[in-house]
Amino acid sequence: MSIVHAAPPRRWRGEGLKALLWMSPWLVGFAVFFAYPLAATVYFSFHRYDLFTLEFVGLDNYRYLLVDDRAWAAIRNTLWLVVLMVPAQVLFGLGVAWLLTRLKSGAGLFRTVFYLPSLIPVVAGTVSFVFLLNPSGPLNQFIELFGIAAPDWFGDKDWSKPGLTMLAMWGIGNTMMIFLAALLDVPKHLYEAAAIDGAGAWRQFRSITLPTISPVLMFSTVTGVIYALQYFTQAMIASRVAAGVTDSPGSTFVPGYPELSTLTLAQWLFHVGFRDFSMGYACVLALLLFAFSTVFTLILLRRFRAFDEGGDR
Amino acid sequence: MTALTTPAPLAKRPAGAAARGPRGRAVLYWIATHALAIALSLMFVGPLVFVALTAVMSNDQALTGDLWPRTWNWSNFADVFARSQLLAWLGNTFLYAGLGTAFMLLSSIPVAYAMARFRFRGRRLAFLAVITMMMLPPQVVAVPVYLIWARLDLTGTLWPLILPMLFGDAFSIFLLRQFLVTIPREYTEAARVDGCSDFRTLVKVILPMARPAIAAVGLFQFFYCWNDYYGPLLYAQTNEANWTLSLGLASFRALHSVQWNLTMAATLLVMAPVIIVFFFAQRVFIEGVTLTGVKG
Repeated sequence: MSIVHAAPPRRWRGEGLKALLWMSPWLVGFAVFFAYPLAATVYFSFHRYDLFTLEFVGLDNYRYLLVDDRAWAAIRNTLWLVVLMVPAQVLFGLGVAWLLTRLKSGAGLFRTVFYLPSLIPVVAGTVSFVFLLNPSGPLNQFIELFGIAAPDWFGDKDWSKPGLTMLAMWGIGNTMMIFLAALLDVPKHLYEAAAIDGAGAWRQFRSITLPTISPVLMFSTVTGVIYALQYFTQAMIASRVAAGVTDSPGSTFVPGYPELSTLTLAQWLFHVGFRDFSMGYACVLALLLFAFSTVFTLILLRRFRAFDEGGDR
Repeated sequence: MTALTTPAPLAKRPAGAAARGPRGRAVLYWIATHALAIALSLMFVGPLVFVALTAVMSNDQALTGDLWPRTWNWSNFADVFARSQLLAWLGNTFLYAGLGTAFMLLSSIPVAYAMARFRFRGRRLAFLAVITMMMLPPQVVAVPVYLIWARLDLTGTLWPLILPMLFGDAFSIFLLRQFLVTIPREYTEAARVDGCSDFRTLVKVILPMARPAIAAVGLFQFFYCWNDYYGPLLYAQTNEANWTLSLGLASFRALHSVQWNLTMAATLLVMAPVIIVFFFAQRVFIEGVTLTGVKG
């Protein structure tokens, strides 16, 4: 699990030039698709730019962010995803993986079944979910069997994000596989020793399993948060399919149906930049996204120091 | 009790476990865990079954919320082909995923090799740069990158998604490098002593040993491109001739009003290849995920 795994350099034989040569394609890529664009994003954020005219406007774009209601809705929704959807996904993935380690037969088959949905193309999965969660769909029929009024999932602003969370939990395959591998790696003799000392199942989980898998838990959480911050496809497809609109050029459709409840930062950036062509303001949103991802990553890395030094503990 | 609290290896119980613990409880435990697993299986597979059943319903029935088709309208699939550019979308998706994967492997393997094998000042820094690139949401740099492609007059095509793959992909480099550092140095040292060039060492020694990692990374990249919606939406949306399956499917329902049965038939047609490939290449997928998360 060691992420930074530099072998101690026994001798430096001046391989620097050679390494540079071998890495040159990536170095060019780094400069052209990362370093330059990052600097350019900062530059454009102080300008009004619509692909044709570039005009310096100082902090206007930043000031506009303060009064842009849709940006705030997008920020709130994005934070909702980070705080609720990511933990739900990680815990569910861990739970399912744990269940798999407990199965005495058929574990291979169940593993395949649980993994499969995560491979389904995102667009196809989302379109299916909007259909399955429609007011008269199978899930609502099932809920109504119990005499409970079922929600109009993707048509109700309070239920659209829980609906998306269910979709995310359906696709936990990768998270589950990573946890499964980690759980199977926990040395068995530790459990045996704990059992002899009279530790119960929960105590064993807390004192042995959790510390051992914590690097993996961290990896899943960090990648989950990064992913939640760029959450785009599912929200966009769900809102469009539910609203029954397309995004043909010239369409006046504003994303986030219903009532901005599915608008995320990544979507609003896309809309501002590539539908309205307010490139300068889009860059402000991009920098906001950058700030969020840096802050969250640093918090999580600090919380789980294991990231840098690997599984040494 | 030991049988209950020790995580037994999959499908293998420790010999004599049942004899040691109270047998009745072990049976109950077996039933409970398997019942839970079956319930979860229904949750994971159920949606796919409903999609498949709706795909063959008549349009009227698809709107009712019935679960079982009254008539089996197999012609829905033919309708999807007739009403959409499914084959063209499929071709574009293959072009994007195939070329994207080939370019990625061509450029990322040498970089990962250099990072794992060469000793040079700044290798730690280079690796941190890869991790940073991997962690950065692509939207952060979207505007300037889009402008680059607009200036090259390549917007409206899939090339802005394919060509960057010639310059390496951070996630794949990370994954390959993590695998390559686990190959004992003795192999490459021996090759060097025998007078092998670095290139020859890579091709003759490293590549054969890294085959599982390369297969996994290639497959992941292929599926990433295959499923990608954001990229094609950003660059190819305006030009219907260059739409991929995800773009086409996303527009399908809106273009064909409210025909859920056809929408589900189209959805199923888009899912099918993935499911088929998964059943053939299951092992590679599972190895790949394991490599991504834990090993290194």
